[in-house]
Amino acid sequence: MPKPEILDPQGKAVLGALPRLGFTGATDVRQGKRFEIEFAGEVTDAVLAEVRQMAETILSNPVIENYAVSVEQ
Amino acid sequence: MKVGVVTFPGSLDDVDAQRAVRIGGNEAVALWHGDADLKGVDAVILPGGFSYGDYLRCGAISRFAPVMTEVVAKAQQGMPVLGICNGFQILCESHLLPGALIRNDHRKFVCRDQLLRIENNKTPWTSAYEQGQEIRIVLKNGEGGFVADADTLARIEGEGQVVARYLEMNPNGSLNDIAGLTNERGNVVGLMPHPEHAVEELTGSGLDGVGFFTSLVERTFA
Repeated sequence: MPKPEILDPQGKAVLGALPRLGFTGATDVRQGKRFEIEFAGEVTDAVLAEVRQMAETILSNPVIENYAVSVEQ
Repeated sequence: MKVGVVTFPGSLDDVDAQRAVRIGGNEAVALWHGDADLKGVDAVILPGGFSYGDYLRCGAISRFAPVMTEVVAKAQQGMPVLGICNGFQILCESHLLPGALIRNDHRKFVCRDQLLRIENNKTPWTSAYEQGQEIRIVLKNGEGGFVADADTLARIEGEGQVVARYLEMNPNGSLNDIAGLTNERGNVVGLMPHPEHAVEELTGSGLDGVGFFTSLVERTFA
């Protein structure tokens, strides 16, 4: 996700479109990215550590983005 | 001087940049993104375009191209590196320059002849200009909004790292109207507008871009 202090033009565009479609409750929209990464076998701490390294190295730009990692079976 | 121009898959302005290098009185050397070989060049230009289709983030994948390992290592030793447009994005993703470039605040691609002020003529790429000189060169980008956190921005301004600033209007939402930036050492420069398109009367908006390509010569013989 773009960090809170970073302008998110895409989120702003979506926010602008919502009232035109009759959705009036939203006060802000932020748009991010989601990566689904598959592994064979159990997701161990070592695998999670590697995923975090991926996130910090290439999947996100830590200058402008935050990331979170979650596991789904 | 031998100036390498890197071609990535999706680079658009590599040939223009090579031509500008020659017009500036230097020898242009074509470099390939997949070769970890700088062919003995004295300086490198990362040209404009949409390297790797701008997938993931602009410049994010190019940063890990084999040639970039060498460019980053040499840049850290002081070799002059100029990143134009997409090249500027690659330099930010490589952390050779602070901050990042995000989508234009107005969300549209912008293409215009843009007035700039040269704010720092101490770099190897801008020494041909007068401090404070105003130049007009083309700007064409969709993701040219320069952002950095408040501390970084204060440091950039305090250390005189702003190389060029937009005048008349801010075309993309860049903080402090920043159009170009250098690193602390002053050898790496990123610029969103395109000086390589303003080097001949026949095409482009004039000759205001030539200085970026003659500065290296002046420095060599200085």
